[in-house]
Amino acid sequence: MKSLLLSHFTATSCIGRGLDQTLVALQQCRTGLLPCTFETAELATSVGEVAGIDAVQIPPHLAAYDCRNNRLAQLALIQDGFADAVNAAAEKYGRHRIGVFIGTSTSAILETELAYRQTDAETGALPDSFHYRTQHNSYSIADFTRLYFGLTGPAATVSSACSSSAKVFSSARRMIAAGLIDAAVVGGVDTLCLTTLYGFNSLGLTAAQPCRPYDTTRDGISIGEAGAFVLLEQQPAQLEDNAILLLGVGESSDAYHMSSPHPEGLGARMAMQAALDMAGLSPQQIDYINLHGTATPSNDAAEGKAVSAVFGASTPCSSTKGATGHTLGAAGALEAVICALALRNGLLPAGINTQQLDPDIPLDYLLTNREQVITRAMSNSFGFGGTNCSLIFGRAA
Amino acid sequence: MTTLTAYINGIGLLGPGLFGWSESEPILAGQRPYIKLPTALPLPMLLPAAERRRSGAIVKTTLATGLEASAAAGLDPATLACVYSASGSDGQNCHEICLTLASDDRHISPTRFHNSVHNAAAGYWSIATGAMTPISVLCAYDASFGAGLLEALTQVIVDHTATLLISSDTTYPEPLHHTRPIPDNFATALVLAPVASALSIAKISVSLTSEPAHTLSDATLEQLRASIPSARSLPLLQALAQKRNERIVLDYLAPLQIAVDITLC
Repeated sequence: MKSLLLSHFTATSCIGRGLDQTLVALQQCRTGLLPCTFETAELATSVGEVAGIDAVQIPPHLAAYDCRNNRLAQLALIQDGFADAVNAAAEKYGRHRIGVFIGTSTSAILETELAYRQTDAETGALPDSFHYRTQHNSYSIADFTRLYFGLTGPAATVSSACSSSAKVFSSARRMIAAGLIDAAVVGGVDTLCLTTLYGFNSLGLTAAQPCRPYDTTRDGISIGEAGAFVLLEQQPAQLEDNAILLLGVGESSDAYHMSSPHPEGLGARMAMQAALDMAGLSPQQIDYINLHGTATPSNDAAEGKAVSAVFGASTPCSSTKGATGHTLGAAGALEAVICALALRNGLLPAGINTQQLDPDIPLDYLLTNREQVITRAMSNSFGFGGTNCSLIFGRAA
Repeated sequence: MTTLTAYINGIGLLGPGLFGWSESEPILAGQRPYIKLPTALPLPMLLPAAERRRSGAIVKTTLATGLEASAAAGLDPATLACVYSASGSDGQNCHEICLTLASDDRHISPTRFHNSVHNAAAGYWSIATGAMTPISVLCAYDASFGAGLLEALTQVIVDHTATLLISSDTTYPEPLHHTRPIPDNFATALVLAPVASALSIAKISVSLTSEPAHTLSDATLEQLRASIPSARSLPLLQALAQKRNERIVLDYLAPLQIAVDITLC
């Protein structure tokens, strides 16, 4: 593929608002996971809650879009001058030449959950404060982002569970290559809700203590929330030295089970290989892998097999979900931004919380931060329904 | 002006009174009267018995139309890249989860939970057919068919691969139905390919436009088009049924619409 430029990017999660706070948290190996006190949830698990979402004020003309998910989106969009960069791109290319592709798994289902507690005693109707199109529907987040910037080009929400906001890069890549758009705002936003908290709990997949990816006694995920955005543009003739590029995208489906990965990690292996093929790179040319690493026994075992099959055991890798939690539909974009930070700052972030690495998974899994100049990083995202996506990012020089 | 050109090699259709593309073609061509009947939902025989029993309308319409389109194109569905675009997930399942979470006992069944993801039907499609190919899973509210069509065309053209587009929608029970009154289950599927085959139905050249979207002259069919996102495909399907070389404008993110220039094969 023709490389694309990540001209601007930002991320907000439980470890920080914007890039500076996120980088410092990674440098300090700090987790944002705390015992769950979200809403009325009574579950013995930790979550990665973003502070201050309730205080966000949605602009009056978008009031119908007010919900936790879009508030987090806005909180993330205004960090790091990202909104200014999108507006400048709109001036440069035209508002109709910028696409919007945002990943989410649950959109504003929280508001629907709350509305179901407030149904009319006589008619059973949902309260007037409930807006299906602008809150509940999965398109809400892409629509909100598009309207927030007054963009008028193609748009869609990508909702393939936990690979959603990795796959947005693929949609944008194809649409730019086809010539329909010149640039795209891509990203992922997912927020805490009872559906995912009680849902993952019902599957026995939520960890009692903060999640420990690749630990021999790992016992499940810690759910987090995040908003992360990238402005993706065609690569200009001249690149700054610290420019970050999208070099390859690989996608596959497990065709195996709705909520369990292929036990040999076959789909994951195909996605990583496809990304390498598209980038024209050999496995030895990847300096760091940000693993999907959810900390469920089956995910890490399957992903571990897939990574060793493609890379062997010598490529440094880690999951940053011990810090951020599993931010589900936002994980792909959040971890893309973490890869960009790793490339730009020469920081290979440790997989924190993990004490005793699973001896059955032979990988160079980082338990402490490693400072090392690197050129290329891969990010893995895999989701329910067996949707897999691997992204490869690189530093220009 | 960017134009995306591809071949339609197979069609699948399921909706109220529209049981499969081959049965619906004479209706849309005006050769047989349209009689509105509730959408019939074929059992997804490719799924294992347990999954078949538990599968909801969204899985049934998705599998039925995807299989009809790929069979018409003479292609093994496992070889096709896929774009699945839906304006919502399984409405009944979503309602049941919200009811449970609003009750005193919040225990959700694990099956209900994994079936709640927007890509559940796409997941069952790959499980049923064995397709390990990429699946894009989109939602664009009422623009979901148009968003899926653009995504599939870019896949055909940029990645030079035959791609199956499935766009499906199901109904919500009350109280959600009142806020999203989709009247019945509906799905449209198209196999799009970069090169013509012996089975090609038409060549389409697709571009973005600000022209108004076409409507249907039959009032009952127009009601379907206007009330179900995946039925926004009907003007295109009607032109194909009537074997007209024509320029059709489909509803997308108004005022941004999609123009389709049809050349029959």
